[in-house]
Amino acid sequence: MKYVLKKLLTMIITLLAVSILVFFAFSLIPGNPAISRLGTEATQESIDALTHEMGLDRPVMVRFGEWVTGILRGDFGMSYSYNQPVMKLLSQKLGTTILLSLMAILLTVLLAFPLGIYMARNSDSKLDIALTTINQIIMAIPSFFSGILLTLIFGVTLKVFTPGAFVSYKTNFMGCLGYLFFPALSIALPKVTMVSKLLKDTALSEANKDYVRTAYSRGNRTKAVFYNHVLKNAMIPVITFLGMTFADIIAGSIIVEQVFSVPGMGRILLTSISGRDYPVVEAIILILAAFVVVSNLVVDLLYHKFDPRIHV
Amino acid sequence: MIGAVLTGMVVILALWGAIKTPYDPMAMDGAAKFSGISLRHPMGCDQFGRDIFSRVIVGVRETMLISASVVLIGTFFGTIIGTITGYFGGWLDEIIMRLNDAVLAFPSVLLALVIIGIFNSGKYQLILALGIAFIPSFARIVRGEVLKIRNLDYIQSVKLYGASDFRIILVHILPNLKTVLMSSVLIGFNNAVLAEAGMSYLGMGVQPPNPSLGRMLSEAQAFIFTSPLTAIFPGIIIVIMILGFSLLGDRVGKKS
Repeated sequence: MKYVLKKLLTMIITLLAVSILVFFAFSLIPGNPAISRLGTEATQESIDALTHEMGLDRPVMVRFGEWVTGILRGDFGMSYSYNQPVMKLLSQKLGTTILLSLMAILLTVLLAFPLGIYMARNSDSKLDIALTTINQIIMAIPSFFSGILLTLIFGVTLKVFTPGAFVSYKTNFMGCLGYLFFPALSIALPKVTMVSKLLKDTALSEANKDYVRTAYSRGNRTKAVFYNHVLKNAMIPVITFLGMTFADIIAGSIIVEQVFSVPGMGRILLTSISGRDYPVVEAIILILAAFVVVSNLVVDLLYHKFDPRIHV
Repeated sequence: MIGAVLTGMVVILALWGAIKTPYDPMAMDGAAKFSGISLRHPMGCDQFGRDIFSRVIVGVRETMLISASVVLIGTFFGTIIGTITGYFGGWLDEIIMRLNDAVLAFPSVLLALVIIGIFNSGKYQLILALGIAFIPSFARIVRGEVLKIRNLDYIQSVKLYGASDFRIILVHILPNLKTVLMSSVLIGFNNAVLAEAGMSYLGMGVQPPNPSLGRMLSEAQAFIFTSPLTAIFPGIIIVIMILGFSLLGDRVGKKS
């Protein structure tokens, strides 16, 4: 229990540090957002009026305080360029990105585990060598290129899906899942290769340990030893890796959303960065940071559960 | 072996791109628009009739230069931070490493995007952004190694001779980081190539009309129905680069 509390406290401190860094970094950028909104032709009066309306004429510390208390109430302020509350702007996009990331992690697990287990149980067979080679090549394909290749094969040639015809999960949930399958696959592919390779390597090194020999000498069958002893211990590093991968998968979705024209967090992050819409950028960074921190926490706790000796 | 061959190929392409390209990579030729593979244009031409092969080799050169600068920044500052925190320890080490871990938890592309948001997009901004994003991983590796070396007997005996901390770090610790840095530089280079391609795919790196591999992919995507080849070649070159460096990195990692 004390362990959990300590972890929670570190998590809160990290998030606070991120929010301070993000807010001040964007506040210290030279240039008045009011001017970039009005254009260079604007009069001094209108600039002053808008600066006042946006609250930019008040001290930075006051604005930071308001920003933080707002976030605690779920209010991320107003977007500069959309003239809408940031939260309203992001809510549906957030849902889309979460759906995409969850599908990607699900695909990773569903593909990597059977593959890794197969390669570990049949190591050095012809198929294992072939799979290892293919793995190595797929690992080198960046998700945006595999996305383009998937579009080319399944969208353009086989016409399994129509590139660009995204439907929101609110109007058609199944249709949305169907469209997100290929984006999720292109995020998952490099992760599948890494997880299956890791699973195979750790399982093989576990299999050489003394306790496995003991298990055999007690007359257990190969299959039982593998699933009950080897795999159980090989899972620990794999789960840690999966947890670290979750952050990567979210970052990957930023790029892949662009490939498949999925209107998620990644798209609006990019337009907001080039449009200098700081409240939106700050909100997205903080939300993504929260995801990363929470997923790290879950991994630490799972880790602790799998092996109570470990205090990370 | 395969890694070395692929890397060699990439280096040759980059040098070729640095010395002379068959065509001006920015020259447009209306007649050659979307022309396929031919002897004159081994990779065909893009939507403006620009020779893709010329653009690809200049793109390889740019990617290599950017990635090398990124790894240089990461290694340089990472080594300084890692050595100081690892050697001296104490509260400074505690604070910096906590911060380091917090930054390390974020994917480098995300971090680089934030920094680009502050400094604007462009080639040098991208080098700076990715360079900063790469510092923590190097700092962590170096710190771990310094911690190990610091407690070895020979360092203790040098200390007894009265050598200063500065001398110990410079003469007795830094040279011993060579092996560990060698393989992490290669892995870092691999990640840098991937990150650079991703960022320029998003339009945050080298600005048009200058060629960059990632940018070529994103531009070609608009024409994927009519002329998919425009996207295939830059993509394959990126894959070859990453594959080559990762195989080479694996080998060096296993040797040391």
